[in-house]
Amino acid sequence: MSSPDPRDELVNHLPALRAFALSLTRNGATADDMVQDTVVKAWTNIEKFEVGTNMRAWLFTILRNTYYSSRRKAKREVPDVDGAFTERLSVKPEHDGKLQLADFKDAFEQLPDEQREALVLVGASGFSYEEAADMCGVAVGTIKSRANRGRARLADLLDHSDDTAMELTDPATMAVVADSGPVSR
Amino acid sequence: MAQEGNQKKQRFEALVDDNLKRLYSDLVQEELPDRFKDLLSQLKDQDTQKSAKK
Repeated sequence: MSSPDPRDELVNHLPALRAFALSLTRNGATADDMVQDTVVKAWTNIEKFEVGTNMRAWLFTILRNTYYSSRRKAKREVPDVDGAFTERLSVKPEHDGKLQLADFKDAFEQLPDEQREALVLVGASGFSYEEAADMCGVAVGTIKSRANRGRARLADLLDHSDDTAMELTDPATMAVVADSGPVSR
Repeated sequence: MAQEGNQKKQRFEALVDDNLKRLYSDLVQEELPDRFKDLLSQLKDQDTQKSAKK
């Protein structure tokens, strides 16, 4: 055994995988079940992973495929949204009430799955549009338009008038955003 | 006018991404539940048993 087992690397990606699952399912229990399924699938199909490629992208792809195929099966069921993505978040800087992160989270959870997914992949987890397109099996332009529609919808939901646009991006607020280091719990 | 609107749009987009990054990094920093560590060691044990039988 000279080459390292890629399965040893799995554990390093689980926190990110879980965050992705939560943002997709918006339900803590469902998210953890999805992560569990994904781990088992990845473990038993590890020979399909191309060493040297991005394991996180591979895992995210497995997870989203699991999610969408269960969504298709459960089409008539009402999605069980428990606000997992929003409620477990400890959000501090409301010192001036300008950074309405709670509102942002509520609005985010209302977006269609595909738009949330695109925004999380390219906006939060640092994948490129090309990587995200690859993971979702669609064209780069599709990911871009999903992300753009998601942002536009967020702007609508947050009733983003011109005034608040200025407020939210004033230097003081931007400094808070930029300086949001470790969150105390 | 159009340019001003564009700038606002860009700033809003940057703000969306900032917010998303904060939400996401909060989630990533959560401690991994034990069930996943248990699952991985279970999978590992199964493999060890399988290869021992061969």
